[in-house]
Amino acid sequence: MDNNLIASSSPHLRSNETISRVMLDVLIALLPAAIGSIWFFGLDAVILISLAIGAAVISEWICQRVMNRPVSINDLSAAVTGLLVAFNIPPTAPWWIPVIGSAFAIIIVKQLFGGLGHNFMNPALAARAMLLASWPVTMTNWIQPGTQVSADAVSSATTLAILSGDSKAALPSLTDVFFGNVAGCLGETSAFLLIIGGIYLLYRGVINWRIPFTYIATVAVFTLVFGEAFAVDLDPTRMIYHILAGGLMLGAFYMATDYSSSPISARGQVIFGIGCGLITIVIRLQGGYPEGVSYAILLMNLAAPLIDKYTKPKVFGEVK
Amino acid sequence: MKKRFTFRGGIHPPHFKEATENVAVERAKEPQIVTIPLHQHIGASCEPLVKVGDKVKIGQKIGGAQAFVSAPVHSSIAGTVKKIVSLPSSTGSNTMSIVIESDGSNEIHEDVKPKGKLHSLSKEKILEIIKEAGITGMGGAGFPTFVKLSPPPEKTIDTIILNGAECEPYLTADHRLMLESPKKIVLGLKAIMKAVGVRKGYIGIEDNKPDAIEIMEKAAINDPHIEVVVLKTKYPQGDEKRLINAATGRIVPSGGLPMDVGVIVNNVGTAFAVADAIETGMPLVERVVTVTGSAVKEPKNLIVKVGTSFKEIIEQCGGYKQKPGKIISGGPMMGIAQYTDEVPVIKGTSGILVLNEKEAHIPNPQACIRCGKCVDICPVNLQPLFISQFSMKRMYDEAEGYQALACIECGSCSYICPSKRPLLHSIRMAKREIISKRKKS
Repeated sequence: MDNNLIASSSPHLRSNETISRVMLDVLIALLPAAIGSIWFFGLDAVILISLAIGAAVISEWICQRVMNRPVSINDLSAAVTGLLVAFNIPPTAPWWIPVIGSAFAIIIVKQLFGGLGHNFMNPALAARAMLLASWPVTMTNWIQPGTQVSADAVSSATTLAILSGDSKAALPSLTDVFFGNVAGCLGETSAFLLIIGGIYLLYRGVINWRIPFTYIATVAVFTLVFGEAFAVDLDPTRMIYHILAGGLMLGAFYMATDYSSSPISARGQVIFGIGCGLITIVIRLQGGYPEGVSYAILLMNLAAPLIDKYTKPKVFGEVK
Repeated sequence: MKKRFTFRGGIHPPHFKEATENVAVERAKEPQIVTIPLHQHIGASCEPLVKVGDKVKIGQKIGGAQAFVSAPVHSSIAGTVKKIVSLPSSTGSNTMSIVIESDGSNEIHEDVKPKGKLHSLSKEKILEIIKEAGITGMGGAGFPTFVKLSPPPEKTIDTIILNGAECEPYLTADHRLMLESPKKIVLGLKAIMKAVGVRKGYIGIEDNKPDAIEIMEKAAINDPHIEVVVLKTKYPQGDEKRLINAATGRIVPSGGLPMDVGVIVNNVGTAFAVADAIETGMPLVERVVTVTGSAVKEPKNLIVKVGTSFKEIIEQCGGYKQKPGKIISGGPMMGIAQYTDEVPVIKGTSGILVLNEKEAHIPNPQACIRCGKCVDICPVNLQPLFISQFSMKRMYDEAEGYQALACIECGSCSYICPSKRPLLHSIRMAKREIISKRKKS
């Protein structure tokens, strides 16, 4: 026989898992919330989401061409980042906000630090922080769902802003908060749709329970016991508002679980989730800014390598 | 349903056992020529005991060694010694081998005779029989069984476990052996228990082989000291430390041996060989081999004489159905890929697996996305991604810090990796570098 046998080292069997399948799962999980944002905010949502995804993919392509790296836009990771950027901007944002946000996320946070798997922060959240710092008014211009920027926009405040006393508007009902019929960033308003996607990711094994569960549980425990400025005041209703409103569900299921910027060990993930929860609480209850999820995750992203270093799992049968 | 035991971590690869699990074992054709390597086991190589031109008979000892850790080799056919030269072996390297041409007489050597009933044999006598029969571990690694059964006096052994997990995909040799020769396996287990002086014996079988579980339970029903342990089907359930953990709850210390927790593990095939050596006196000269894979026309379980070439065996299974891309000695997870099909079946060859070109294709590795799947599934709780990264940057001290040496090379990390990174390959590199550095210092 001719000698074309491959004699590589074992194992000779590989699973069907691929990066693009993992990313596709994330896109599938985000789909209900994406449809929800279109339901709530109409054509504006379609345009902003398309712009963000398009800008992310094109940025990745240009970057990889310029840097002489293999172009990997087919792995769908840029599309995921783009969609998450869109989810983190208000429905009133002008067209250039998602474009700049996605470009920043992909070029600065992802590609300049080594590309896929090497970003030290969640790219979409870093983009949100950058946009918020640069255009604070544009990035906090909220409207009622069901109204269009171009026509009949009714400006509104986010649930958390009302909860913290920054706005005197009436608190929306829990049902509206749960299903997402409230003011907020494009993709963060519907806890319900985000949870559906989160369950899908858990089922598919793309993420595990540790970060989302510990994150949400930490926020739940603290907001049950403490009110504004950490005044002790048991209030389950406030707890439910804090869990469902703002970016907690989006952050806990889709952002804090970002592979590159979260710890890899089981214990590390628990610490990471609790840390995210604590910082979120401090910002929400004590800080001047009603929302705390994005900065909490970004800060914990920076701590992730350190957490990993100190939470190496104990090897089977290790004698210490 | 009986309680099922298992271990932490592991993977669920597709079984691929359908092609041969219901195919009864049959005897392969008598080979005209056998190539018997003098080194088929872990330990010292054998010296040839015959010369070119000598007549040999079946079961005749043709290679032996003085070293403690070694096992003699015997002729599997009757005929004439043609050559004693270095030839490729299925262990992956060239080995001094004795080439014998059959004379068609099938004459059995005079030394091959029944050794008597088990109860009439002393502990020492059983060990002697096992040693002289050249029995080595038949699950793959091929450690001389006699050495395994002779632990240093300071180690107290109280349990023998027979490994019938057969967690490697594709392979069904042990499965068929359990179905077709359960009594003999139990006899082998009893002999091993007597040789070591222990009272407790387990037979561990994965629950994807319910027929084997039932038959083995029936075969051992009259012996209260032998228990069949039902294991969850999960790879690498058949790794001896995972098996010990599942069956007894004991944890072998990292870097230690099963005997450190009072256990010795043997393959069911090894127990069968022990029983054969006692009942018929025939040394280990043949074994059951699963011949399978998408590129084999008629997958089979065959009793093959040691020294028969892969090529001859594959031809008896109808030859190649598709162009072969990879020929593996053993299973797809830990087996050794061959660069030619002209290598002999040896004592440790549990399977001949032929993959087609598509299956053999090595995927292009992509960037690590740090998904952590390799960490989740590692049965020894390592962090394969970090060890691999250090290894690729030649930072072997750091790799050692991440416990590279504890890796059991099961390959689960490489299997699960969505980026198709060569995780195990690079960890093996690191292990080799770390060990060679230790030897130097």
